[in-house]
Amino acid sequence: MTDWMNLLIGFAMGLNLLALASSRLPSIIRTAAVQGIVIGILPLLIEPELRALLLLVAIATVVIKGFVIPALLFRALRAANIDREVQPLLGFTISLLLGAGASIGAVVLGRLLPMRPEDAEVLLVPGALATVVCGFLLLIGRAKAITQVCGYLMLENGIYLFGLLLLGSVPLLVEAGILLDVTVAIFVIGVVMDHIQREFDSLDTRKLTVLRE
Amino acid sequence: MPLALALTVRIGLWLLLAPLLPGVINKVKAVVAGRRGPPLLQLYYDLARLWRKEVVWSTAASPGHVVAPAAAWVALVVAAALLPLGSAGAPLAFRGDALLFVYLLGLARFCTGLAALDTGSAFEGMGAAREVSYAVLSEATVITALLALSAQSGSVSLAGMFGQTAGAGTLLLAAGLFVVLLAENSRVPFDDPNTHLELTMIHEAMVLDHSGPPLAVILHGAALKLLVFAVVLVEAVLPLGRLSPLAAAGALAGSITLVAVGTGLVESLMARLAFRRVPLSLVTAFLFCLFALIVAWRGDA
Repeated sequence: MTDWMNLLIGFAMGLNLLALASSRLPSIIRTAAVQGIVIGILPLLIEPELRALLLLVAIATVVIKGFVIPALLFRALRAANIDREVQPLLGFTISLLLGAGASIGAVVLGRLLPMRPEDAEVLLVPGALATVVCGFLLLIGRAKAITQVCGYLMLENGIYLFGLLLLGSVPLLVEAGILLDVTVAIFVIGVVMDHIQREFDSLDTRKLTVLRE
Repeated sequence: MPLALALTVRIGLWLLLAPLLPGVINKVKAVVAGRRGPPLLQLYYDLARLWRKEVVWSTAASPGHVVAPAAAWVALVVAAALLPLGSAGAPLAFRGDALLFVYLLGLARFCTGLAALDTGSAFEGMGAAREVSYAVLSEATVITALLALSAQSGSVSLAGMFGQTAGAGTLLLAAGLFVVLLAENSRVPFDDPNTHLELTMIHEAMVLDHSGPPLAVILHGAALKLLVFAVVLVEAVLPLGRLSPLAAAGALAGSITLVAVGTGLVESLMARLAFRRVPLSLVTAFLFCLFALIVAWRGDA
């Protein structure tokens, strides 16, 4: 079980770096969607027996993070008529190197933290830290609003991974909370992006820094 | 078998089989495009034809123009002689020969670049500048890949590194080494070997002014370098040391052909990357090998 979990978390960490190196917006959205699906099925691997509530939350996570939210983002993408991040605030190569450094640092940090023996051999804590940092890099390093939303989604994926440590004692509290959080946030951000697009005819957030009549 | 004979047979095999690989790649590209393409032995015919021609010198060139391709070729042959082939091992193996291997490849590139700059033409200088700036990243990747293999096997000699059981980072290493193969041998997506526009050339621009036997030596050296990288890729991934000699030889030959077919497919199906996007792909290959190194390192501890 530990090996399968490590494989999935390693794959999610690889998706982080893929999103950081990517300049095309559809591929960033799909990367965040695949990452959501991958970590949505992780609770099914941690818990030995399959409870109905666990299955329900896992299915809800996969459907919402993997299909509903990306569909909303693709609709916003079509309305805005862009498909490429042209000039990021933090360059692609440097953000890729920073993300790789963060992944390596997260693995090192994970070995230094005092954890229970069964948690120490799983990559949950390093994966969570790396995903949070990479999501944060996407959030602050890019100028297009849709990429920033994908960075936020990856940030929430990282926090979700952290919450999986509590799966045995406080079942699904963190997961359900994050699901609600992400759904509400995406709806609000969708409305806000629509307003930005109508007002400035572009989703470049640098245009929001100028006060204009 | 005495060492001299083994070495001669080994090097003869490398020299004879190297020109087959570009033939396979061109055949695959032709088949994908719906043509019949040049014969598989085309490079052999080209080398024979070039050997009969006379050398045309640039007025600005020094004798280094002819000496440098020969030096590059010798460096590549010695690098090929250092590599173990399947279960036959390497005839000259010693601790740290991996370092000599990397430096010999670097020497070959240095000599080719020197010969290019020697002609005094702008296109060659431009090609040499581009080639060495990509080499910074691809050499870092090769060194990291060799470090990963060394961490995995615990040996600092090429003969000990290859032919081991596949570790957890093997897939990452294979991806990184394949991208390095494409970059070092001037294949799409890093350089188009069929381009006729000098401003878009990288490796072909460096050999624009060579002719006759030096050009034949350079072309054969390029084919040898391709075979060297293909052997490194195959032996890093497959555990050939555990097979019987005949099975290992067959697996090696089959896998090298597979790598050549894969290169041909990548050349046919992908477009060349814009120059500003190449550092990102080389950094990606470097990170693949770096993560393979970390997996090998962490797996021990």
